[in-house]
Amino acid sequence: MREIQEFTLDELKHLFTPQAITGETMVLNMGPQHPSTHGVLRLILELDGEIVLNCVPDIGYLHTGIEKNMEAKTYQKAEVLTDRMDYMYTMGNNLVYCLAVEKLTELKSPARADAIRVILLELSRLQSHLLWIGTSALDLGAMSVFLYAMREREMILDIFELVSGQRMMTTYIRPGGLWRDVPAEFNDAVKQIVDIFPKRIDTYEALLTKNPLFMDRTKGIGKIDTKTALAWDVTGPTLRATGMAHDIRKANPYCGYEQYDFEIPTQTTGDIYGRYKVRVEEMRQSVRIVEQALNKLPFGPVRDNNPKFVPPPRSEIGVSMEALIHHFKLWTEGFTPPVGSVYSTIESPRGEMGLFLESDGSPKPYRVHYRTPSVPLLQIMPILSKGCFVADLIGIIGSIDIVLGDTDR
Amino acid sequence: MNELLTPAVFAIQSRYNGQVSEFRDEVTLLVPAEKIIAATTTLRDEFDFDMLSAETAVDYCPQTTPRFHMVYIFYSTKTHQYITFRAPLNGDNPSIATMETVYPNANWREREIWDLMGIRFEGHSDLRRLLLPPNWEGHPLRKDYPLGYEEVQYTFNFDDIDLRKPKGVR
Repeated sequence: MREIQEFTLDELKHLFTPQAITGETMVLNMGPQHPSTHGVLRLILELDGEIVLNCVPDIGYLHTGIEKNMEAKTYQKAEVLTDRMDYMYTMGNNLVYCLAVEKLTELKSPARADAIRVILLELSRLQSHLLWIGTSALDLGAMSVFLYAMREREMILDIFELVSGQRMMTTYIRPGGLWRDVPAEFNDAVKQIVDIFPKRIDTYEALLTKNPLFMDRTKGIGKIDTKTALAWDVTGPTLRATGMAHDIRKANPYCGYEQYDFEIPTQTTGDIYGRYKVRVEEMRQSVRIVEQALNKLPFGPVRDNNPKFVPPPRSEIGVSMEALIHHFKLWTEGFTPPVGSVYSTIESPRGEMGLFLESDGSPKPYRVHYRTPSVPLLQIMPILSKGCFVADLIGIIGSIDIVLGDTDR
Repeated sequence: MNELLTPAVFAIQSRYNGQVSEFRDEVTLLVPAEKIIAATTTLRDEFDFDMLSAETAVDYCPQTTPRFHMVYIFYSTKTHQYITFRAPLNGDNPSIATMETVYPNANWREREIWDLMGIRFEGHSDLRRLLLPPNWEGHPLRKDYPLGYEEVQYTFNFDDIDLRKPKGVR
C-alpha cells in the first residue's frame, strides 16, 4: 500500500532561515486538526522562542475535486456541488455560478428574483460574519460573544430552511431565477431580523469594541498596507481595513445592487482591529440593504420563461405537452449554451469570488474554475504573521476569516 | 468593446501580436506564450491593471497544437474593468514563464495549476503541489485523467488494483 508522503524539511528549506536547518530555531507543526484553524489547515511554523519567523501554510486537506466533478455533470446538476465549497456562503456560491450561466445563455432573472436574491445574499453575509465574530473572539478568549452570535445565526438559518428546505446546502438560486417563490411567512421572518438586528449588533460591540483585553490583542497586530494587499490580490474586509473602499457590489453591480443605498465601511489601520470594525459595520449595512429590498419587493415571476433553459413550473407539466417535453429534455439531456468562456464575480464576505466558466457547446461545462477569496488571504499569512507571537497568530487566522472548503475546493 | 479598455487592447494588439475576441462583452486577447510576461508588465504599468484576479488553464485534449490555454484575468481597481489574456501551449509537457515576478499572488495559483494541470512554470520560486500530496501521480484536471468508475482500493487489495488502474498522464 502506498503511503501519503509528507514534505521534508529539506524540500522546504528555501522558505525558512538557515538557522532552521541547523536547529538554532524551532520548526513546529500546527494542525491539520487544531481548534483555532477554522477547518483542516496545517501551518508549519519556524519559531525563535515565542516569535514566529516564518509560516508555511499547507492546504489541500479538504480538496474534493469539485472542479473536475463539475465537468462531468450537466449545468443544472453541477450547481449542487457549488454549495459544498464555501460552506459559510452557500447562496453566494450558487449565485456566482448562476450569474456565469446566465451570462453564457443570455437568460435574464426577473426583478422579484433579483430582490429575493439580494435579501438572501445579505442574510448569508450576516450569518457568515456572525460566525466569524463568534469564533474569532473565541480564539482570543472572549467566550460569551460566540453564544450570542450563534443564537442570531440560527434565526437566519431558519429562514434558509423556510425558503429552500435546507439550512446550509440550499441550491435555492438557479440559473434564470430561483427554485420557487418564497412562502408567505418569509416577509415576517425577515422583518423580525431587520427589527432586532441593529440592537443585537450593539450588544456584540458592547462586549468587544472598547474591551481593553480585546484591544490589546488586536490593535497593531497582523498589519498589511494597501499596496501589498493589491499586489497579493487580497480583497474584501481585509483590503477595506487598509483604507481602500473597494467592493464588487459598487464597482460591478449584480442582481440590482445599484438600486440600494449603502456605504462601504473602511478603516485605515490594516490590523485585526480594523478588520473587526469593518465587518461589524458591514453587518449594519447588510441589515440596511435587507430592509430596503424587503420594502420594495416587487411582485411577479421568479424565473425566466425561456423553456429551453429553465424548467417549466410544476403546475404546467400536467396540462401542457410542451411543458412536459421541455421538463423531460432539461432533466435528461440538459441545455446547451453556445461555445465561449465567461467570468463572473460577486462580493463574498471574504472578498471577491469569481467563476471562470468555459463551454464547448455540450450540456456539460467544459472547464469550471472558482477564484475563491480565501486562497490569497491564506497566501499572505507569512506576511501577516512575520514577527508576531504564536498567540497572536491565532488571532490573525481568525481575523482573515478563511473557510477551508473555499481554499481547497 | 468598452472604451475604457480600447487603449490597452490596442497596445497589446499592436506590440505583442495579440488577437482580440469578444464574447458577451468580455474582451479576450490571445497572446503568444513567449510574450506573456512583457504583455502583462505593459498592462500593469501603463494601463493600471493592478490585480491578477484569476489564473487558470484549460485542457483541449486530444488536440495537441495547442493542447492547453493558460488563462489570466486581470482587474483594474481604477476603471473596474476585467481583461482576459490567453496563452496557447503545445504538447503534453508544456511550460511557460512564471507570472510571479509581475503579480506575486501568482505563486499559489501557479502551484495549483502545476498540481492539477501539469503545466510547469519556469523561474517559479516554490513549485510544489498545492492541494494534492507530494507523491500523487498524474494531474487530475487534465481531460485524459479518468473520473470515477474505478475499483475501490482497500489495504488488502491495494496493490492488485493499483496495477491495472488507468493513471492518466504521469
